[in-house]
Amino acid sequence: MRRAALVLLSCLALGWPLAALGAAPVDEDQVRDIAAQLRCVVCQSLSVADSPSETANQMRGIIRERLAAGDTPEQVKAYFVDKYGLWILLAPPRQGFNWLVWVVPFAGLGLGLVVVAFVIRRWTRRSQMARRLAPSAEPGIDEATRQRINRELAELDT
Amino acid sequence: MPIPEIGYGATVTALVLALYGSFAAAVGAWTGRPGLGRSSERAAIGVWVLITCGMLLMVYAFLTFDFSVRYVANNTNRGTPFYYRITALWGALEGSIILWAWMLSLYTLIVVVQYRRRHSVFYPWVVAVLLGVLAFFLLVMTIPAPPFQRLAPVPPDGRGLNPLLEDSGMITHPLALYLGFTGFTVPFAFAIAALVTGRIGDEWITITRRWTIVAWYFLSLGLLIGGWWSYHVLGWGGYWAWDPVENAAFMPWLTGTALLHSVMVQERRRMLKLWNLGLIILTFGLTLFGTFLTRSGIIGSVHAFTQGAVGQFFLGFLAVVLLGSFSLLAWRLEQLRAQGELDSVLSRESAFLLNNLFLVAAAFTVFFGTVFPLLSEALRGVKVSVGAPFFNLVNIPIFLGLLLLMGVGPLIAWRRASAENLKRNFVKPVLAGIVAAALLRLGGVGNVLVLTCMGLVVFVTGTMVLDFWRAARARRRSGDGWRAATVGLLMRQNRRYGGFIVHLGVLVIALGVAGSQAWSVQTEATLERGQAVELAGYKVRFDTLRASEESNHFKVTGTFTVSNGQEALTRLYPAKKFYPQEQTPIAYVDYRLGVLEDLYLVLGDFGRDGSYATVKVQVNRMVSWLWLGGLVLTLGTLVAILPDRRRVG
Amino acid sequence: MSARPRWFRWAIPLAAVPVLLLLAYGFRTNPRDIPSPLIGRPAAPFALETFDGPRIALEELRGRVVVVNFWASWCYPACYEEAPALERGWQTYKDRGLVMVGINVQDKDEPARRFLAQFGHTFPNARDPAGRVSVDFGVYGVPETFFIDRAGRVRYKHVGAVTDAVLKRHVDTLLAERG
Repeated sequence: MRRAALVLLSCLALGWPLAALGAAPVDEDQVRDIAAQLRCVVCQSLSVADSPSETANQMRGIIRERLAAGDTPEQVKAYFVDKYGLWILLAPPRQGFNWLVWVVPFAGLGLGLVVVAFVIRRWTRRSQMARRLAPSAEPGIDEATRQRINRELAELDT
Repeated sequence: MPIPEIGYGATVTALVLALYGSFAAAVGAWTGRPGLGRSSERAAIGVWVLITCGMLLMVYAFLTFDFSVRYVANNTNRGTPFYYRITALWGALEGSIILWAWMLSLYTLIVVVQYRRRHSVFYPWVVAVLLGVLAFFLLVMTIPAPPFQRLAPVPPDGRGLNPLLEDSGMITHPLALYLGFTGFTVPFAFAIAALVTGRIGDEWITITRRWTIVAWYFLSLGLLIGGWWSYHVLGWGGYWAWDPVENAAFMPWLTGTALLHSVMVQERRRMLKLWNLGLIILTFGLTLFGTFLTRSGIIGSVHAFTQGAVGQFFLGFLAVVLLGSFSLLAWRLEQLRAQGELDSVLSRESAFLLNNLFLVAAAFTVFFGTVFPLLSEALRGVKVSVGAPFFNLVNIPIFLGLLLLMGVGPLIAWRRASAENLKRNFVKPVLAGIVAAALLRLGGVGNVLVLTCMGLVVFVTGTMVLDFWRAARARRRSGDGWRAATVGLLMRQNRRYGGFIVHLGVLVIALGVAGSQAWSVQTEATLERGQAVELAGYKVRFDTLRASEESNHFKVTGTFTVSNGQEALTRLYPAKKFYPQEQTPIAYVDYRLGVLEDLYLVLGDFGRDGSYATVKVQVNRMVSWLWLGGLVLTLGTLVAILPDRRRVG
Repeated sequence: MSARPRWFRWAIPLAAVPVLLLLAYGFRTNPRDIPSPLIGRPAAPFALETFDGPRIALEELRGRVVVVNFWASWCYPACYEEAPALERGWQTYKDRGLVMVGINVQDKDEPARRFLAQFGHTFPNARDPAGRVSVDFGVYGVPETFFIDRAGRVRYKHVGAVTDAVLKRHVDTLLAERG
């Protein structure tokens, strides 16, 4: 009994890496994921994953083959870049000059936030100054009226 | 009838009239001679008449198969169905310019008729600008892209319409889109008039409020119809590809939305005058940029119909418009100095500022991504491409931020929001949003973006419902009946609640986008006769293949029976259409639309004897919500532009 | 309130200038003209079945100039325009050290054979059913023609229909080189 179990275990132990060497079952999601990052050369605004053209179909087949043969997703993408140039990627890789395309929009948004903050501060400061210069300009509300207002507001909610 | 010559003559005459009218109006206003002003009005009317005649002439040429007109020969043939022969008018570059010019001349006519007795200070300058822009488009129709060109010898048959354009979407998409684009010319003209005359207060905004809303609406409609067309014609199951030409139409929509909001700050608080003027100039500039991109061929795109020197004309005009308008702005800079005052950072003004920031940042992102390939090539000689992964990554956070602001903005107080104000208006909706997101999470939704989007949608809906409910209840308390309290309230405060309904429409669209991205599934299978493939509870069985000869193409149709396990639901007929003038066959998608999900079939490869067929099956979820959202937008816009019922005193 | 000099304001219109210049630059480029990264590099090896039967492998053709032409029967009109020129080129150069190989892509057997029969091609034509060789050569569409030198490197890529003149120019240059 124990020998049988040992044989079985060793078969499994040997079989495991062997199974990986053969045609690995390819994860279709992974194929789609890689295809979604490549530009279809025929319908040029669509990704290889989305494009209904025959060329895109064939390219998906090649992605599937390469993944099954053991390539990593990075290697598959590198293969296509090697044959078609950087242009085949739907978004430029984040290196060198191409960093700009990723950085500039966020930098612009950040700069905009700074400008908006600055403008709001100037507006609030101006209001504070105006109030300081003319403190008695508007009549204050006396306490009784204020409480009445609050009470009526609360009633509206119920 | 020598149509090419008559049409060309009409175009040249219209160009001369438009140039004359523009100068006459400007000179008349400058020197104070009303005679010139009236003359320019007549010129404007004349231009409209001439362009209308030209358009009708071209349609007549299409209907009578007059292949002596080159445009007709290039875009139809004897097999083109009747209605497509009319809509082929705007199927290619030259004709699209006719359509643009005609709409612009129509708007000019409306302005002339509506405002000739009012706003006498602005009016001549507005006419001058409108006729000047018209003159440019007529110039394009005269020199680089004349639609009325004679083709000799006259061919026996034409080339035919691009088959992708033989579709109902093709009829309506350019109409809506161009109505939107050209619509922004009118507020732009008023803004220039304001700058020239120095009356840079709120006048130009108050006058053009409805124009801006209507132009914005048509642009939104045009974008949605474009998405619908892409969805049901192109066969990939998507509605937006971040294609450069799509982006070109999206950018003015973004800045136009920003303008719609920031003018409210100027109306209420007299602030942001400089910003609003700059924004309308930018929006109009972006509409020109959009047509430039489509027609110049400098950035590759599926949509682009490019030709010769047209692009250079457009770039030249864009340069004149931008440099001229911004120079006027710079000239008047001192008078536009802000006098804004704010009591607290937490206020509606701040919310509007953030709203504008996000929208303009999104427009900038789209612009940068669209021209980056050009930049990369100019500076480094390396061709790269920028597509969906980039645009999605950068824009999604911005749009989520805008959703949040949509809930906060309408309810937060002007000038200063007190703690009570915040508590009253936001605690319940925020809780509702969090609960909704939690429920979805428990229900199995894992995608963080989808959860955030759904939570925000519930939050925003909550704020709107709460606000409307409180206001209606207050009216009930003071004695109104149910109808007056609800419908009456809607009519009385139509701007506010029209805006709410428009926001609701945007929310529905947001839900559709989130749902379709997260939950759509697809598969592909090669089936023999009688075999079926299953997906998401549907069983799609291949029955037969049938070939047929249509008027201008050859069609192979597959019959597929769809059932959901128990009963047959429907039969779908996806097909492949073979047009003689096209290299590859065009897929004809068939689908079964539903509120929650659409079943979508695309026919792929097939055996000549009909023994097998490859079919791509997609279950696209919540895509219909985009079109439903469009309907809600329409309702909201109608409510918002109703005449004001409030009377003072 | 702020003491900004008067000419600062003109920064607003001037800001538009760089953008306009960039767009103007766009006229000098063609977005559809994407240079092939394969020029000057060894061509990817292939071994395909021809329509007549025997296999043809690129490796075995080392030492001779090879012209690889990608075509399809539905590629109208360009492939139909260039077909006679290809056959003429083959007849002219086949005894001078040139090998011409046609590769049929995304096509069905019957229409492809009809195309070959129509033009009477006598040079080997092979099928690339899964598109592997197309992608290996970075093909965008048809027709595309690649000129490979004696050392097996891709030297020119011609997009669109080839003419007698184009064939002559490139083949003469490559034949003149000693391998």
